[in-house]
Amino acid sequence: MKYAYFPGCSLKSSGRAFEESMLKLFAHLEIELEELDDWNCCGATAYMSVDETSAAALAARNLALAEKMALPLAVPCAGCYGVLRKSAHLQKDYPAIQKQVKDGLTAIGLSYTGAQEIKHPLQILAQDLGPKAMRSKVKKPLKGLKVACYYGCKLVRPEAPFDNQHDPQTMETLLKGVGARVVDFPMKTACCGGSLTGTIPDVGLELSWAILHDAHRREADVIATACPLCQFNLECYQEDIQEKHPDLKPIPVVYFTQLMGIAMGLSPEDMALHRQVVPLTPILQEKGILDSGAAKKSPPRQEHDA
Amino acid sequence: MNAIQREIRYESDRDPAFADAIRKMPGCEAIDRCIQCATCSGICPVASYMDITPRRIIELTRSGFKDDVLKSNTIWICASCYACQVECPKEIGISDVMMALKTKAIAEGTYPKGMPIPILAQEFHDMVSQTGRVSESKLVQKLYLKTNPFKMFGLRRLGMKLMKTGRMSLKGESMKRPESLQRMLQAARIKK
Amino acid sequence: MSLNPESNGKEEVRIGFFVCHCGTNIAGMIDVEEVAKYVATLPNVVVSKDYKYMCSDAGQDLIVQDIKEHRLNRIVVAACSPLLHERTFRTATMRGGINPFFCHMVNIREHGSWVHSEKASATEKAKAVARGAIGRVKFHKPLEKRKEPVEPAVMVLGGGIAGIQAALTVANSGKRVYLVERDATIGGHMAYFDKTFPTLDCAACILTPKMSEVGAHPNITLWTYSDVEQITGYVGNYKVRVKHRPRYIIEKDCVGCLDCIDHCVFKNGNTDDEFNQGLSKRKPVYIPFPQAVPKIVAIDPNACDFLAKGKCDQTCIPSCDKNAIDFTQKETFDDIKVGAIIVATGFKTFDAKRKPLYGYGKHQNVYTALEVERLVTSSGPTEGHVVLRDGRTPKSVGIVHCVGSRDHQTNRWCSRVCCMYSLKLAHLIKEHTNAEIYNFYIDMRCPGKGYEEFYERLLEEGNHFIRGRVAEVTDAAQTKDEEGKLVIRVEDTLAGFARRIPVDMVVLATGLEPREDANDVRRMFNISCSTEGFFLERHPKLAPVSTTTDGLFLAGACQGPKDIPDTVAQAGAAAAEAMALMDAGFVEMEPMTSEVDELRCSGCKTCLNMCPYSAIGRDDAKGVAVINPVLCKGCGVCVAACPSGAITQNLFEDQEIFAEIKEILAHA
Repeated sequence: MKYAYFPGCSLKSSGRAFEESMLKLFAHLEIELEELDDWNCCGATAYMSVDETSAAALAARNLALAEKMALPLAVPCAGCYGVLRKSAHLQKDYPAIQKQVKDGLTAIGLSYTGAQEIKHPLQILAQDLGPKAMRSKVKKPLKGLKVACYYGCKLVRPEAPFDNQHDPQTMETLLKGVGARVVDFPMKTACCGGSLTGTIPDVGLELSWAILHDAHRREADVIATACPLCQFNLECYQEDIQEKHPDLKPIPVVYFTQLMGIAMGLSPEDMALHRQVVPLTPILQEKGILDSGAAKKSPPRQEHDA
Repeated sequence: MNAIQREIRYESDRDPAFADAIRKMPGCEAIDRCIQCATCSGICPVASYMDITPRRIIELTRSGFKDDVLKSNTIWICASCYACQVECPKEIGISDVMMALKTKAIAEGTYPKGMPIPILAQEFHDMVSQTGRVSESKLVQKLYLKTNPFKMFGLRRLGMKLMKTGRMSLKGESMKRPESLQRMLQAARIKK
Repeated sequence: MSLNPESNGKEEVRIGFFVCHCGTNIAGMIDVEEVAKYVATLPNVVVSKDYKYMCSDAGQDLIVQDIKEHRLNRIVVAACSPLLHERTFRTATMRGGINPFFCHMVNIREHGSWVHSEKASATEKAKAVARGAIGRVKFHKPLEKRKEPVEPAVMVLGGGIAGIQAALTVANSGKRVYLVERDATIGGHMAYFDKTFPTLDCAACILTPKMSEVGAHPNITLWTYSDVEQITGYVGNYKVRVKHRPRYIIEKDCVGCLDCIDHCVFKNGNTDDEFNQGLSKRKPVYIPFPQAVPKIVAIDPNACDFLAKGKCDQTCIPSCDKNAIDFTQKETFDDIKVGAIIVATGFKTFDAKRKPLYGYGKHQNVYTALEVERLVTSSGPTEGHVVLRDGRTPKSVGIVHCVGSRDHQTNRWCSRVCCMYSLKLAHLIKEHTNAEIYNFYIDMRCPGKGYEEFYERLLEEGNHFIRGRVAEVTDAAQTKDEEGKLVIRVEDTLAGFARRIPVDMVVLATGLEPREDANDVRRMFNISCSTEGFFLERHPKLAPVSTTTDGLFLAGACQGPKDIPDTVAQAGAAAAEAMALMDAGFVEMEPMTSEVDELRCSGCKTCLNMCPYSAIGRDDAKGVAVINPVLCKGCGVCVAACPSGAITQNLFEDQEIFAEIKEILAHA
């Protein structure tokens, strides 16, 4: 199985743990990923609010690059996933936009037919590969670990191309397949606040709080995510949230790929557990999934890699 | 006692051209179907922070009360989570309307004083147009320098943690050949 | 001029042409005077006039007089759709003294003025079709309508309040009624209700007397636990095969003492009680409710150990001192002949699981309206105590309007009764529990007699009315007050802010939709349905109980959501239509049927299977096809299919059609 790969800007910085754990996990599962050559930022919602047509073109350039590679495109960042799909829709439904995007792509020797498949790693693992194929690779089942699976908004809205819109289960299926216990979590598709946590924290942090609060109510040990911005919001602002909500206990927030990789016996370093701001390792040790003292050595201070 | 205000709207206060312009934007075609049921406001996670709820924005927009709409904080607080659009029983593109209003507001420079998001959008747009990628740390820097420099001080603890875990880099991100992107954007922007 | 003039070729054809203005409906887009002037120049046209309203008495008299005055023997009227006035002009023609089928009508309104946007081309088309008609009409032959007798019996399909009312009305007029009901009892949805709006009449108290009347009526043959297996025929002469499913009880011997139920091997119920909406269980041998008509038990073959698994002590058998239990019973059939059929199959409620954000099936204290009807009624599973699934009595209740209705994603229509029944349930729940009742609505639809007044009563009874469609029912509590409750998220549009309202119980006002098998039923009976799936009336305003299939009538919610007063009224209307048919004693069949020329027919049988009305048979002795003119609907398929050209259809003979085509294309 081979896919073209669009990381997006976040996966190279705040969302590094997602890229690192995913690349190692996919390699272990013999899924090939080839990064798009010289990809550009998808634009997120910020670019779109300045100019919708250019935003469509911006995203389309990446789709055109993928079409050139003639491979389905893996997009881990749910934000990028949503934007690329939106660009595809805008071009399909609005001939004027399609024309302008075409003019833009033609000017740099690219083309986009509209047929490019865009897939999220959840989809690739749960549907293209399938939980059965991974069963034999589970070395350290996540026994006793209660996980709240958090999807965020872009994977299910405005469309849910690979899962149920109100109660997605792909992540639960994957994590149950590696031995974890998943908790019922109705806030799983509630908005985390997006960029509001940075721009208008009074609003954004409350949204993240609501999710963290309910995860605690469901007695989750850890929250698993599938989007770098969701992960950042839920993990990195917990102290700020505690200023308004002092009874909020810390809870680790990881990428589902990290949990899956640990379950398959990949090392905590490979799974980038050292990049956690709220550590996961102690809980894994407590549950006996990782040996105590396993990830004790502090990793080399990692600057931004190329 | 607060000064007594009079609020009454006349037909001359409406701007039908604004309403029609929004109707023509992608996803905004169906706003006339709205029966003001308020499902959008009800499901919106941030409606309680908006000065005008999503439902009222639709009504004000389609009736042409431009100033109310573009001067509200609503469209900036909207996180584009699409819950409203998905639940709307009349299949109205409410999130698309919010995005259309954002573009209008930025294009005309009309937004509430001190609202950082339009500025973030501009900075984001400029950075991507120039280098093809976004450096998160650079973007945050630029945003706070332009809006509220003192805020950066409050972020120092988070910043340290991110540096320690290798999740923040001060290096600027860039495409290998950003000219390719710039050429494309230029060609795409020409409206015939 | 006699009613049966000689055929063509023997006498001079004298055509009268009349073009209607239809006010400005036609004249606004077509220059009708020019059309009249033009047609006057065509061969055989003796009279060519335009007139403001041809369908008026004066317009019709114009035809009558001109026939007499100008010795006309053919008439062409260019006006609206023949569906509206073909009969009018044919009757006028007949009053003028010539065979009505010498009159031909062309549509220059629906097919002309209403679909054009500029005058010149509209007028050209009108001239062309008029020219076509002039060319055709000279080949018309005199035809006579057949009269077929009508069987003085009616079948009513469905034993809800609509079917009951229709059956009683027809039966009281002395005609025979066969009432066929699928369930073990009649009564329909109304039997589930506690009280009815707006008077708060006890539903059972007003329904059961009618049910008893049906059971006792000498003119009604009541068949419950029965389905229609097959139907053939045509208006006035329908043949229906009815299948009776086995109750495993000898019906004529059962007296409804219910001893067998007490003696069943299952001490407690073992299967969901459908009557109580699954809120309680019943035994395999059961009666749906105590006032069931007929008062005969039934044994559910899926729940009964003996019937499903073959093993049981069968303690029911000895308990029956009438020896009425018979496990060997098989399904039986009855064949009946009826003149008219009234379809009153009712509705089903929207499946609340299709709105996942409301939590039905996920949160145990979310109920549908029908479930709540069973809770508040004293004969229900909780004896009228409003007790939640977790045993508590609710202190706060949220009633959510428009569940499944007015929604592009589920049903676009408004279900018409939910606002009123929600008010009713609000009143009843408050009466039983004194809880805080919150009603969440988009609009309050209270149009009937006493309805708005009922709404005012509820407002004054201290209930909360919040205008806002509920977005979500969630158990993700954010404050201590919300723990253990269901939180309703809504925008209170009238007050102007968002609200979170924690309640103990949520009631979903689910809408009405067509039954799951509506499509199968309509195919069997040859009824159309609208895009929503409800059965289609012939005309939404002027023919609300007839269908496009003669002799088939509709009553009740199967035609569209409606409340009990409208249902009963409609049922009476359907009964009246059926009675009109039977009292007339005969139906007139249109003569545009087809006929086989035996000398040309080669007996190839191509036409036999083509006929959608099964009207063609074979005379094996002669080796030719034979068309039954009574079943033939004149669709023309056999005419086109016959490889020998042996079939002709009245009013659509080859020479008529070719003449029309030739003349239409004449100017091209």
